Amino acid sequence: MKLVCLSDNPSKPCFILFFKGVRIMLDCGLDIKQLLHFVPLLVVPGFQVSKARSWAQGGDRRTRVPDDITQELKDCGGRLLVDGAPEFAIPETDMVELSSLDAILISSYSCMLALPYITEYTGFRGTVYLTEPTLHIGRQYMEELVKYVERNPKSAVASKWKQENIIKSLPAPLRDAINPRQWRKLYTLHDINSALSKVQLVGFSQKVDIFGSLTVTPASSGCCIGSCNWIIQSTFEKICYVAGTSTLTTHPRPMEQAPLKNADILVLSCLTQTPSSLPDPMIGEFCINAAVTVKNGGNVLVPCYASGVTFDLFECLSGHLEQCGLAGVPMYFLSPVSDSTLAYSNIFAEWLSSSKQSKVFLPECPFPHADLLAKGRLKNFSSIHSGLTTDFHTPCVLFAGHPSLRMGDIVHFIELWGGSAANTIIFTEPDFPHLDALAPFLPLAMRVCYCPIDTSLNFSQANKLIRDLRPLHLVVSETYMKPPVLEPLRNDLTIEFEPSPLTYKQGEVLSLPVKRQFETVEMESELASTLEPVEVKPGAAVSMVTASLVSRDNKYILKRLPRSVQSLKKRRSDGTVLWRKPYIFGSPSLQAIVEGLKQQGFTSLKVEENESGSIIHLMKEDSLIQVDGSSTHIICDSEDVRLRLRDVMLKCLKQL
Amino acid sequence: MTDIKVTPLGAGQDVGRSCILLSIGGKNVMLDCGMHMGYNDDRRFPDFTYVAREGRLTDRINCLIISHFHLDHCGALPYMTEMVGYDGPIYMTHPTKAICPILLEDYRKINVERKGDTNFFTSEMIKACMKKVVTVNLHQVIQVDEELEIKAYYAGHVLGAAMFQIRVGQNSVVYTGDYNMTPDRHLGAAWVDKCRPDLLITESTYATTIRDSKRCRERDFLRKVHDCVEKGGKPFDRAYIENPGPMVVFATPGMLHAGLSLQIFKRWAPSEANMVIMPGYCVAGTVGHRILNGARKIELENKQTGIMQLISHCQPRNVLLVHGEAEKMAFLKNKIQEEFGIDCFMPANGETSVIKTRHNIPLDTALNLLKRQLLPAEAENSAQGALLMKGSHMQLTEPAAAFRELGVEEHELRFTCNIQLEEEGRVADTSERIYRVLQR
Repeated sequence: MKLVCLSDNPSKPCFILFFKGVRIMLDCGLDIKQLLHFVPLLVVPGFQVSKARSWAQGGDRRTRVPDDITQELKDCGGRLLVDGAPEFAIPETDMVELSSLDAILISSYSCMLALPYITEYTGFRGTVYLTEPTLHIGRQYMEELVKYVERNPKSAVASKWKQENIIKSLPAPLRDAINPRQWRKLYTLHDINSALSKVQLVGFSQKVDIFGSLTVTPASSGCCIGSCNWIIQSTFEKICYVAGTSTLTTHPRPMEQAPLKNADILVLSCLTQTPSSLPDPMIGEFCINAAVTVKNGGNVLVPCYASGVTFDLFECLSGHLEQCGLAGVPMYFLSPVSDSTLAYSNIFAEWLSSSKQSKVFLPECPFPHADLLAKGRLKNFSSIHSGLTTDFHTPCVLFAGHPSLRMGDIVHFIELWGGSAANTIIFTEPDFPHLDALAPFLPLAMRVCYCPIDTSLNFSQANKLIRDLRPLHLVVSETYMKPPVLEPLRNDLTIEFEPSPLTYKQGEVLSLPVKRQFETVEMESELASTLEPVEVKPGAAVSMVTASLVSRDNKYILKRLPRSVQSLKKRRSDGTVLWRKPYIFGSPSLQAIVEGLKQQGFTSLKVEENESGSIIHLMKEDSLIQVDGSSTHIICDSEDVRLRLRDVMLKCLKQL
Repeated sequence: MTDIKVTPLGAGQDVGRSCILLSIGGKNVMLDCGMHMGYNDDRRFPDFTYVAREGRLTDRINCLIISHFHLDHCGALPYMTEMVGYDGPIYMTHPTKAICPILLEDYRKINVERKGDTNFFTSEMIKACMKKVVTVNLHQVIQVDEELEIKAYYAGHVLGAAMFQIRVGQNSVVYTGDYNMTPDRHLGAAWVDKCRPDLLITESTYATTIRDSKRCRERDFLRKVHDCVEKGGKPFDRAYIENPGPMVVFATPGMLHAGLSLQIFKRWAPSEANMVIMPGYCVAGTVGHRILNGARKIELENKQTGIMQLISHCQPRNVLLVHGEAEKMAFLKNKIQEEFGIDCFMPANGETSVIKTRHNIPLDTALNLLKRQLLPAEAENSAQGALLMKGSHMQLTEPAAAFRELGVEEHELRFTCNIQLEEEGRVADTSERIYRVLQR
């Protein structure tokens, strides 16, 4: 049993599990963080970010980077960025022959954005398993990316800067870009549709059979709508894959712990990306900062994804503004897929927390944003060009994508509002380091707040969960075993477990310590009825079984041998008869043997007993029987007598 | 070998009052809890004294499953849970839970407020009853207790209609409720795994109807309405009874057995210009049924393909028919037995069918034994091993391993014989020759 780690970012995981001849990919995360090395795409075609300058290299003429390469690069706010079509860091595709994958299990919509790269460009022929909300919201996230990128297309991919000798001489952080030669251009709408046509939907607690070898079951993980952990098991082994999981009470269905218990192996990924800040106080801080800004007449800009925590922000912020007497302040939500994410959120009732679910029976919409939309307090637009301008009032709170600040309408609003100190930009998404995201726009007059909200397990929650689940072995990212780089003394921000966990990192192959010993084989009842079990010990019986073994769809069935075969002796490949040794056991009493011998007409017996056993001397036949507990030795010269003695002994012993 | 027992308390060779008692692997499951539209006395509800003459139903029934919101499948629910007394789990899908209380309240109003029934369940009882409901998602495997599990499948009959698989150990049953195998404008076709249950309990009314193509039926419907309005009549399907001029009214209940639709019907029936369109099935004893059998006959196509499709899809070992008329059932029973060669049952209300089940016995088999047997060299694929039985646990291993496990030593039986050979030459040469012979 093996586990291969293909992703560099444990929060956007991608693994391949080899188990019982089946190859399963666990999640298919896209590390969008590398996008931060690119010049932001403006919403208005043809425009550049105002801080973008061509790169004026200083230094020695001999070490200077050639001009055709500097054209690919731009100096933005003092940072060197790539000016070309955005590219994405996809999972490692060369380690395993991906066309041989049997299945892909997806834990949530945020861990599937690399799916088209795998399903469309590797010869993949398997099935993708995910829940219904994951399918729809995942599709919206992918489409959003495609729309952002296609809205303002950059024709050329910049690739000259990636040459090994060049990249070394570039300034940080571009110099430290991870595997840039493996980055890929974004997929297309056609790729998305084709990838998602390979999906088979599953519900929580549904048992899905994979080729008769394994059963996989999704269990709610409480992290976002439709998110799940996966239990991969055979009759005798159990592996749990715990991805983005939350034990907090937010809008999704709560996490289910019971199905994850007593696993042989527990693979843990997607722990919180902001271990030192708790979500609850951060939401509070977010609301206060937003309210203060609008009270003073400024605008609030919130870079966000089109679903997930954004919905909690709408709910909390609208309540807080109301309390502050600011209910009239409009909230805008800009995303090319805002229409569908908002609408879908309200029809996924069975995937929501019980309090949200119970609203549907009233009947009301489970999320308050439906009501906010109806009252006009929240307005959503697909882009700034779709009616926003005619209906735009300030001060306001504006939620827009993309949270990387490299594409989407948010770029326009940073340019528009960045010059005024009255405005505030509040970062809540933990996927991107906010200072790196903001770098191309510096210097900024606008206030910057950082309130990261990551509802995934933090280290103390994860440690508690592992203690409760008691897996035999734990597998975690190697980054979870040491404190975060910025807080080297926080030893509490690590995973603790005995025996010490196995760790994974990109490009590694782990051998999982599971030794398979048993497999289920079914026995037909007709065969069972022919068996004659011998009781060996009280409550324990044994029977020899000879049957034909039928193997189909990875299931094994023992059937009665056909009559024609039954009589035939089993032969070796060279045709000689294979002699089957009978199994004899028991320790007969001396008395029973003597009795047996007498019945067979052996009369002249002389019995001798010593410490190790006894010797029966058959005087007339001139033969000896040495009996000692677990063995009998018969010394006899006449074949006829030998056979008679053998039969007497077999009667006293048990045979299979 | 254990038996599965099925006793319909309603819907046995009849339509209406669906309520089927299933006994499987020592567990008792009640399938649906409906009312009969054809009766207004005690017979409208299932006879729960069959389950427990005294004492609580909760002790006798492990769980109750409701297939969909139609009253002939859930109409007796508050009666059973609140008036007879049942506190165990009730399973239904989310849409069923959303719509069911509305129909129950409607039904209660008709009986109490219009008919003046006094011994009837109350609105509070409906609410209390719905609190006991546990919602299920399609395909979710619900563990009712350690041994009993249920799983819902899409049935395509109405919003939220579901078929249920009930499993205890190796025994399993699929109960269809009402279902449709052809998709419709807003409903898809029923679907179930190829799960090979020991028994398929299927209704035999809706399954036998094929929905015409959507366009066809809609055109038909609209043409009829148009014709009628043009002639100055009042076609009807709800309200404004006294208004002059033609109108189209959609009114419930669909079987014309009570309520608004019956009231309108009584008022408008005398005029030949008016028209009634019956969109669904009508239970015997209702006004709707009488109309369908009378002068204005509306075609209800009866074809068995739906059931046959479902049977060939899920491959049950036995079939049991409920929710249909006796003669049609008998016909269907013959057809199923002929076509699939499997047993088919059609118990009447209160009658018990016993279905015998046979299953393979699972053995925990040592992997090394299995791998050796599957080596391609041993092409005949006959396996040999020692079957070790300890209590109910069975293990198939290498014989030596079985003995080790039991702590039993093999008994060694040795023989020594003196044989005299008369041969010339050296002793060593002779023994060399014998050795070579034995080696072969």
